[in-house]
Amino acid sequence: MNEDLGLWAVPIAVLGGMLRVSTPFLFVSLGECVTEKSGRINLGLEGTLVFGAMAGYGGSYLTGNPWAGVLLAGIAGTLFGLLHAALCSLPRVNDIAVGIALMILGSGLAFFFGKPLIQPAAPMLPGLSLGGWSDVPQLRSALEVSPLLLIGVVIAVFLLFVFKRTRIGLILRMVGDSADAARAMGYPIIPVRITATAFGGFMAGIAGAYLSLYYPGSWNENISSGQGLIAVALVIFARWNPLACLGAALIFGGAGALGPALQSVGVTSGYYLFYAAPYILTLAILFATSSPRRALEGAPRELSITK
Amino acid sequence: MSEITDPAPLFRPRARPLLGEVGRRRLEGFLIPLIALLAGLALFGVFIAANGKSPAEFYQLVYRGGFGTWFSLQNTMTRAAPLLLTALCVALPAQLGLVVIGGEGAFVLGGLAAAVVGPLFGFAPGSLAILMMALAGLCAGGLWIGLVGAMRHYRGINETISSLLMAYIAIALMNHFVEGPLKDPASLNKPSTVPLPDDMRVGEIPGMDVHWGFFVGIVACLAAGFVLSRTTFGFAARIAGGNARAAAVQGLPVGRLILAFTAAAGAAAGLAGMIQVAAVQGSANASLAAGYGYTGILIAFLARQNPIAIIPMALLIGGIDAAGGFIQRRMDLPDATVLVLQGILFVSILVSETLSGRLLPSRNAKAGGAS
Repeated sequence: MNEDLGLWAVPIAVLGGMLRVSTPFLFVSLGECVTEKSGRINLGLEGTLVFGAMAGYGGSYLTGNPWAGVLLAGIAGTLFGLLHAALCSLPRVNDIAVGIALMILGSGLAFFFGKPLIQPAAPMLPGLSLGGWSDVPQLRSALEVSPLLLIGVVIAVFLLFVFKRTRIGLILRMVGDSADAARAMGYPIIPVRITATAFGGFMAGIAGAYLSLYYPGSWNENISSGQGLIAVALVIFARWNPLACLGAALIFGGAGALGPALQSVGVTSGYYLFYAAPYILTLAILFATSSPRRALEGAPRELSITK
Repeated sequence: MSEITDPAPLFRPRARPLLGEVGRRRLEGFLIPLIALLAGLALFGVFIAANGKSPAEFYQLVYRGGFGTWFSLQNTMTRAAPLLLTALCVALPAQLGLVVIGGEGAFVLGGLAAAVVGPLFGFAPGSLAILMMALAGLCAGGLWIGLVGAMRHYRGINETISSLLMAYIAIALMNHFVEGPLKDPASLNKPSTVPLPDDMRVGEIPGMDVHWGFFVGIVACLAAGFVLSRTTFGFAARIAGGNARAAAVQGLPVGRLILAFTAAAGAAAGLAGMIQVAAVQGSANASLAAGYGYTGILIAFLARQNPIAIIPMALLIGGIDAAGGFIQRRMDLPDATVLVLQGILFVSILVSETLSGRLLPSRNAKAGGAS
């Protein structure tokens, strides 16, 4: 039955891993992309992600419906986004530092309330089989994807349309590029930023629910391996373009899946170095694209992290 | 026109305010964090009460478990030891306006370097080996975060993002070496480097149950405080932190300051890692990445990036940490309770920044000057 695929097993495993691992990156980075377009950066999405994972798992366990868990995680994430946005709207409060603080607070609250949820089993999100055409079992299982991935792809396209073609997108970009211009035009800067940060929190919450309800599909204190933070770097890598976020998320997912895929065919040495691949990749891209004399191309000008 | 009617500017007969501008700012700099800490503790008390537990009992247990007895106080000092140095890793670059949050990476690499270098000096007296290990820790950490500073200066790469990415890379490197090329074959359950011989272990301060790392941390904080407030080098750093462009126009070597401060910051965290290996663990393994670098961020912000203020804040957080297990058993609270408290304190201290300049309004501000 299980025919030997030889070295083909590696790309197939990477493909499967890529489709599974990239979804949380995609959601967090799309949310963060909107937040950063408005001129704010939220480093606390890591905490939001972990809290979303807990809230999603708890919601699914208590209601018996995993989609209710996803919704609950989104609401919880929105609340964290609103908290970040509200605190940063006070004068002299630094958005990077508040993000770090909310990272600790979000994880702390998630572990605090999630303690009783480690044991019980919650209903998981269903998957979609896209590999029915193939008779290779490994390929079929690799193409078993979550509907959330497809929703994420739709959101990415939709956001690109919003940024480029709608009035709302134009206002958002103006607030992020020049608060003075937006003020002169009479647009409300702080409410726009609060909405954008709340959306970022919502998306990070959903990403957390994906982690606990689909892949890896359990709730524990090590559920996140820094996806919320990597996604922040990923947005820079994607040059604040939602479609590029999709590509970047897939690359990161693939890089993260490389280590386990090689391990499955017996290459075990250097496992931890492969684990570091996405981080090295991000750093290399930052190195290649940065310059001391100008801000990154495409960066919102109000963004503190690229000034 | 008031300048003309104002009589004799050299001698003002009217009563001087109780506090001058500098005194006002100093008092505010002390009062605001104090209010923020108390507000954070009160807010956390509400959180505890909302979960059906007694905040009074919680704080009483923190006091008993962290500060109340000589035994608990020594435990607190031991826990504060690495935090003093990892907090410096955040506070030093902060003088230049840089937010470095990857001290964890310098910490684990400093520990790893010490565990590798120590056994190379097996022929030498223990004290020389310890000195070499300390140097190895300082260099490993200094190079790691110095690289963050170099990338910032020469390529304009944001130091917050790069230091964080470097922390993940450092932990992966440490795991790779500890489980691969440097693994002691005798360490089966928990892959580790070869254990250090007894004469290479950092001992305890005489008369105390606290290792020398605490003393080193205190000295480092005092030295950093002295350099920043009493030397031209520190003065240049504060100017550059206030306005990098103005500093460059003044001819200050901003690039060299960035390199020096990030390297010194990394060296502090690397030394903390060396002390963790030589005084506590005895070898390098995955336990090094226990979050000391990240707790250092919290302490540096609580201390408002002042190296001297790091000392009480590290003791406060170390004490809460020391009392953690005690509280968990007595009150049946999850161990993440301490993390929630840390998060709330962190948020309240950041939000308190908004009060600065408004708590004690200066006379100039009242007269219509910009705040």
